[in-house]
Amino acid sequence: MGHVSYEEAKKTVFKGLVLLALITVAEVAIALLGKGYIISGFYLPKWLIYIAMIGLSIYKAYFIMGEFMHLKYEVKGLVSSILLPFILLVWAIVAFLWDGAWWGEKRLEYKTEFEIETQGVIDDAELEDTIELLD
Amino acid sequence: MSTETINQDLETTKNNEVSWDGGSEPFKASYGKLMMWYFIMSDAFTFAGFLIAYGALRFSVPTWPEPDFVFQSFPGGLTGMPLIFVTLMTFVLIASSATMVRAVQEGQRENKKGVVFWLLMTILGGATFLGCQAWEWHTLIVKEHMTLSENPFGRHIESGTYLAGDGYDIQAGDTFEAGAYYLIHKKDGEWNQIPYKTADGEIKRQELGPPAFGSLFYFITGFHGFHVLSGLILLLIIAINAASGLYVKRKNGYEMVEKVGLYWHFVDLVWVFVFLVFYLL
Repeated sequence: MGHVSYEEAKKTVFKGLVLLALITVAEVAIALLGKGYIISGFYLPKWLIYIAMIGLSIYKAYFIMGEFMHLKYEVKGLVSSILLPFILLVWAIVAFLWDGAWWGEKRLEYKTEFEIETQGVIDDAELEDTIELLD
Repeated sequence: MSTETINQDLETTKNNEVSWDGGSEPFKASYGKLMMWYFIMSDAFTFAGFLIAYGALRFSVPTWPEPDFVFQSFPGGLTGMPLIFVTLMTFVLIASSATMVRAVQEGQRENKKGVVFWLLMTILGGATFLGCQAWEWHTLIVKEHMTLSENPFGRHIESGTYLAGDGYDIQAGDTFEAGAYYLIHKKDGEWNQIPYKTADGEIKRQELGPPAFGSLFYFITGFHGFHVLSGLILLLIIAINAASGLYVKRKNGYEMVEKVGLYWHFVDLVWVFVFLVFYLL
C-alpha cells in the first residue's frame, strides 16, 4: 500500500510473529503458574488470571486485525463500519452469561428439592460387588 | 491505489456531481475486498454466538472440566503436559498467518515466484494445524471416549476417599479435595465410575461431567476446523492460479491473494478466542 518500504514491511511481519508467539507463551505460562503447575503451592487469584487472559487475547486480536489484516491503514469509514457492530456483543455476553447463571440457580433449586437426597448414593451390597469386580 | 485515482476522487468530491455515477471508491477498497470484510464480520458473529453459548452453559452448571486436565496429552503416548500441544498448534497457525502476509506483500510487488512460495508455506502451516486437531480429536474420541452427549471429565464437589482403583491413576484409599478433577475410563464398554466415601461417611460414585462439554467442544473446534479446511482449499486454488500466471495478466497486485489472505487471518483471529475460551479460562 506504499505506506512503508518493502524491507520495513518484511520486518514488521517477523516482529509480529515473534510478538504473537510470545503473548501465547505468556498466556499459557500465566495459566500454568496461576494453577500451581510451575511452583507447587503457588496460585494466582482467579480474577487476575481471567483479566490477564482476556486482555492479552484482545491485544492479539487487535494486532492481527490492525497489522496482518491491514485494518489500521484503511479509511476510517471502513474501519468503523466493521468494528462498531461488535458493540452488540457486549450486550450478548452480559445477557447470556447472566441468564446462564440463572439457569444454574434454578437447576440447583430443582436438585435440592427432588434429587440431591438420593443422587449417586449406592447401597452396601452393590458396593461389595463393584469392589470385587474391580479387584 | 495510485495517486491518479485519489486525485480523481478528490475532484469528483469537489465537483459533487459524478459521485453517484459509480467508479469511485469511498472506502478506497475494491468491491471484492469490502465484501470479504463484511463476510468476515458476519462469520465472527456466528463464532461469537457459539462461544457465548459455551459461556452460558458453563455458567449454568456447578462444575466444569478443567482445561489443563482435559488437554494434557502429547503425541507419543506422553501425558501430564497441560496445554503444551495446543500451544504448539496455536504457534503453527500464527506462523501460517505471518507467511500469508508475506505472500500478499510479494503479490503487491508482482513477484510471482514469491507469492507461490509463501502460499505453499501457508498451506503447509494450515495442513499441520489441521493434522494436530485431528490428533487431538482422535485422543478424545478413541482414548477418552468423549462423545456429543457423554463427557467423562468430571469434578468433585466434596472431599472424600476412593474405595477402589480404576487401573489408571486412581488407587483405592486415595483421598481428594472438593474441586479435584477426574477422568472416568471405560471398562468392558461401560463407564467405570469409581465409588468413594465422603467426609460424612456417605458412599457415592463418580458422576460423569456436564454433557454439554463434549458437544460444545466438537461443534466449535469442528466449525473452526471446517473454516481451516475451506481456507486450505481456497489457498490451493489461488496458489495454482498464481503459478499459472493468471494474476499476472490481471495487473492488480494479486488482489485475489489479498482477499483470501483476509479470510486466512480471520481463521487465525477466531482461533485466538477459541483458544481463550476452551483452553485458558
